[in-house]
This record gives sequence, C-alpha cells and structure tokens, in this order.
Amino acid sequence: MDPIIEGIIRALDLILSGDPEVLSITALSLLVSAFGTMLACVWSIPVSAVLALRSFRGKRFVKGLFNALIGVPTVALGLYLYLLLSRAGPLGYFQLLYTPYAIMIGQAALVTPIVVSFATGALESVDPDLRTLARTLGASELQTYGVVIKEAFWGVVLAVIAAFNRAFAELGIAMMLGGNIRNLTRVLTTAIALETARGEIALSIALSFILLGIVMSLSIAINLARKSAR
Amino acid sequence: MTPYLETVDVTKDHDGVRALDRVNIAAQLGQVTTIVGVNGAGKTTLLKILAGLDTPSTGKILIRGHLSSIDELRAHCTMVFQKGVMFGTNVYNNVAYGLRIEGIPSQEVSSRVRSALAVVNLDGFERRHARKLSSGEQQRVAMARALALERDVLLVDEPTANLDPANAMIIERAIKDSARSRAVLLSTHNLAQARRLTQHVIHLYRGRVVEEGEPSRFFSNPRDERTKLFINGELQF
Repeated sequence: MDPIIEGIIRALDLILSGDPEVLSITALSLLVSAFGTMLACVWSIPVSAVLALRSFRGKRFVKGLFNALIGVPTVALGLYLYLLLSRAGPLGYFQLLYTPYAIMIGQAALVTPIVVSFATGALESVDPDLRTLARTLGASELQTYGVVIKEAFWGVVLAVIAAFNRAFAELGIAMMLGGNIRNLTRVLTTAIALETARGEIALSIALSFILLGIVMSLSIAINLARKSAR
Repeated sequence: MTPYLETVDVTKDHDGVRALDRVNIAAQLGQVTTIVGVNGAGKTTLLKILAGLDTPSTGKILIRGHLSSIDELRAHCTMVFQKGVMFGTNVYNNVAYGLRIEGIPSQEVSSRVRSALAVVNLDGFERRHARKLSSGEQQRVAMARALALERDVLLVDEPTANLDPANAMIIERAIKDSARSRAVLLSTHNLAQARRLTQHVIHLYRGRVVEEGEPSRFFSNPRDERTKLFINGELQF
C-alpha cells in the first residue's frame, strides 16, 4: 500500500483508538510548546511595546537584530543551550538537561525573535494619533500603551501563534536538549525523526499528520475568531 | 476680569524653526475664541500646547490666573482634531472612553454618552462600529466624545475642514451650544465659520498674533495689512 495512504489510515487508527503513547507524545508536545511560547511572551511582549512605542538610540539596530535572529539555525542554538545546561555548564547545577524544562527554555529562546519582531510590527501599525487622542481624553502614558495593545490585539495573537507553531514543529532543540527519551521528553518531532530512522514510515506519516493537523487547526481557529471579532 | 485660559509669551521652537513666537491670547468661559490663519501659522501647535500634548519652549499658560502644569491642562482641556480618529470599537465605547478613565459610574457614563450623542444628532448610533461610519459622522462622534467629558475648555482644530455642509452645520451648532458652559478655542481658516461662531477672533501669522478683536470690527475694518490680505484671500504662506 502507498505509505501516505497507509499513514493516513494509521493516523486515524492511532487517534481514534486513543493510543496511549501517541496521546502522551502529543500532550507533551502541546504542553512544552505552549509553556515555551508563554515563557517567551513574558519578556517578548514588553520588549515589543518598548521597541514600538518608545524612541531611544540604537532602536533600529535592536529591531534589526531581532529580525536577523529569526533565522538562527536551531542546531546552533541547541548547541549553545546544551553547553549552558550541561552538567559542566554555568546552569548545570539545576540539572535541566534532558528534561521537558530544557526543551521549554530552548523553544522560548528560539521563538523570542519571532514574537518580538511580529508583535513590534503589529504595534507599530497602530495609528499613532490614537495615543494622542487617548491623551486628550485623560489617559496616562501607561493607559495609552493599553490602547495600542488593544488595537494591535489580533496582530499580537498572530505573532504568538506563529511562535507556537514554530516551537511545536521544531526538532533540533527538542532532540539536543530533550534527548528524545521515551515517556519523558519524546515529542512529536523527535518521534517522527526516530520512527523514520527506524524505517517506520507509516507511523512517521501518522505522527506528522497529527502535527500538521494541530498546527493547521490552530491557525484556522484563530483566523475564524479574528473574523468573528470584527 | 481674569481670563479662564491665558497664554503668556508662549514660544515654541521645532528643530530650529520658531513655530510660535511670544503668543499672548486669552479665552473666556461662555465664549468661542477663534484662531484664524493660513496653513502653517501655528494654530495646531498652539492648541496642542493648550491641550497638554506638547510643551512650550518658553512662556506660561495660566488657568484662572494661576500657572498650570501639563497635568492641570489635561484635566481642564480636551481637544477635537481635524481628522476624526476613532478607536476600533463601537460608538458608545468611543464616547465612553474618557469617562471610564475618570472612573465615572457606568450609569452616569451611559447617560452622558447618550446626551452627548444627542447633541450631534447621533441618537441610536451607540452600537454601530465607529470606523464604519462616514467621515462626517466620525467627526460628530469625536465632538460627542469631547463634549461628554464636560471639561471647561474645548479646543477644536479645523473641525469641519473636510465635511459636507450638513455635517458642518451640526458640528457648528454643537460648538455654539457647548460654549454656553465652556471656553471654546476654535482653529479654522474658514472665515465664514469664524464670523458665525465667534465672540473674539485672533489672527495668527507665522507663529505671531498679528491682530485680534471682536468679529464685526475684525472682518470689516482690519488694522493689520496681513489681516487685510488674509481676509481677501491674498496672504501668502
């Protein structure tokens, strides 16, 4: 049978039968990427607000740097984080390497430039007259930021979703920092890589369909929510 | 009588260019004071300073004879811009924005929003999306938003510049009505509008007050040569 058709049948079978291993890999993938993205948002959204709404020397350089970092090779980033988290590294004391936390940290570092660049763009696209208007209506400086963030809400949401999708579909960092340990750090991407190497093409395709299904469903859901909010 | 709002030798420099040069003007409660002048005369700069959106390079602004800070100016003044900028929400939320910032109870917010919208003939527009309205309707929402705040000073910058006569008439009526309880400072280069609305006219040219007075004298017998040229539509930028 064609491996793609076999993969589809296998994917449906694995999902519908509630295969515990597939479910646990999928759940871990979602959890790790969601927390990794949220962690990145903690610092990335305030940084975006400063980059979009404040003037300071070197602003263009900082924005350019974040844009350039979007293309950083994940293997290189994974290697640096590996050295940082390994037992002999500066953060070795915390024993995070080969745990889901290491993958979260790695994914947070990976998606930070995505959130910063896209969210900054969304915030900058808001009409600057709105802040002036809010000022004339009694808003404080902080409240005018609130106006801009509210106006750019869906742009910021799209930045976060793009970051989540990037984290969710990422392999290099998950492999180097997580180690692909069964029932501990195995996520969809590392499982696909492993099954492909083992010649289990149908299972790999099945897992890839789950991965793609989640990424696409999320994007469609967000777009529908955005349209209905207008 | 001490003016409600007064500028004393207000000067503003922008990148080495003098936008305002020792401007002394006064506005009284219950009056519309109109600032006329060609584009680039400094009208908007002056209104922005009075709204607390910009600071003068030198000079003072007094409210009831007392030196006022930027925060005090913002507490006493609100401004309507030439372009009716709208928040991306419905008309009600647009008009209620400033009232909610002031922490006014929702019942009072509701009543003030409805009366402000009634002043500009927008009853029943509360749930309409503000950005989907025509430019004239948006400008009327902007006027209602400023009126709802019930500030003592209303600064209005070229409010009817791009409007059709019907919308312009509604805005003018709202300005006239609001001046009963406020000091209104209107910037315009529409001389007919200045004649219709105002009790005091100030001609600003290249950042300086070149002439001022009550409208019948100002328009029929201007003393300054530049004012004569401006009224005749012959004044160069």
